[in-house]
Amino acid sequence: MPSFYGVDVPSKLMLGTSQYPSPAILAESFRRSGAGIATVSVRREAGGKRAGQDFWNLIQQLNVIVLPNTAGCYSVREAITTAQMARELFNTDWIKLEVIGHSDTLQPNPFGLVEAAKILTEDGFKVFPYCTEDLVLCEKLAAIGCQILMPWGAPIGSGLGLINPYGLRSLRAHFPEITLVVDAGLGLPSQAAQVMEMGYNAVLINTAVATAGDPAAMAESFAKSVAAGALAYAADPMLPRNMAAPSTPTIGKAWL
Amino acid sequence: MKITVNGKPTETQQTKLADLLIELGHESMHVATAVNESFIPVSARITQTLQVGDRVEIVAPRQGG
Repeated sequence: MPSFYGVDVPSKLMLGTSQYPSPAILAESFRRSGAGIATVSVRREAGGKRAGQDFWNLIQQLNVIVLPNTAGCYSVREAITTAQMARELFNTDWIKLEVIGHSDTLQPNPFGLVEAAKILTEDGFKVFPYCTEDLVLCEKLAAIGCQILMPWGAPIGSGLGLINPYGLRSLRAHFPEITLVVDAGLGLPSQAAQVMEMGYNAVLINTAVATAGDPAAMAESFAKSVAAGALAYAADPMLPRNMAAPSTPTIGKAWL
Repeated sequence: MKITVNGKPTETQQTKLADLLIELGHESMHVATAVNESFIPVSARITQTLQVGDRVEIVAPRQGG
């Protein structure tokens, strides 16, 4: 059971709430996924409109923990103000901190991320930093007090899967006590299983579920893959080897 | 006076943020606010003054990944 700043969450699958065809399909996707945490955001609300209020009512019915993000923020100041607004709106000190550095790849800005994470941590936030698999960056985030790291698997919304499995494995080895979540870039349930087989604590999925032809079925598929990958990791997988090794005993083979 | 609300030029006579929210129909809504890029908590809206050229942001919960 993954622990997020001391909060144990039964599910190892976290789901985003964006891009679903309808609110009903969003709700059904959450039900079939069993996800325990939902990511949300804050956006401008026009006076007299109820889009935000209706969405908030829907989320409150899902029986999940809400993790607001600072998606779309390119500066430290933007991210901090957004986090402060999110803390009040959602009544939580959890924040998925995104400080974007590159518009084509939506790659995190590591310098701005560390600066913002430090300020927010000192202000009492529990920061979930969206980061790359860079060890030096992650060491600095951990030193600031981040108990969770959320490296990307690939650029947000790309569905490319794990572009640097070596880097992600290194991160797991370097930070055995940190809660590690792959956030972004996964397209298929098998890729989520691969993450969990590395010993990661959870995965966060949005686009791959929400834009599937049948989001609810895909949500369930991701949940099963995450569970299968975690079970495999706990079962201590065999190590790969370069040469063949017969699985059927050679002793006793008939001499023909 | 002219201010900017959520990126749009807006004419208002309100000099307090709380009164502006009422004028714009947000009084019963679940929203958060910022003025000139600084967060203004609910408790400070009644004392937060508005001046010509201020940039007000009013946000609500929304879908996110």
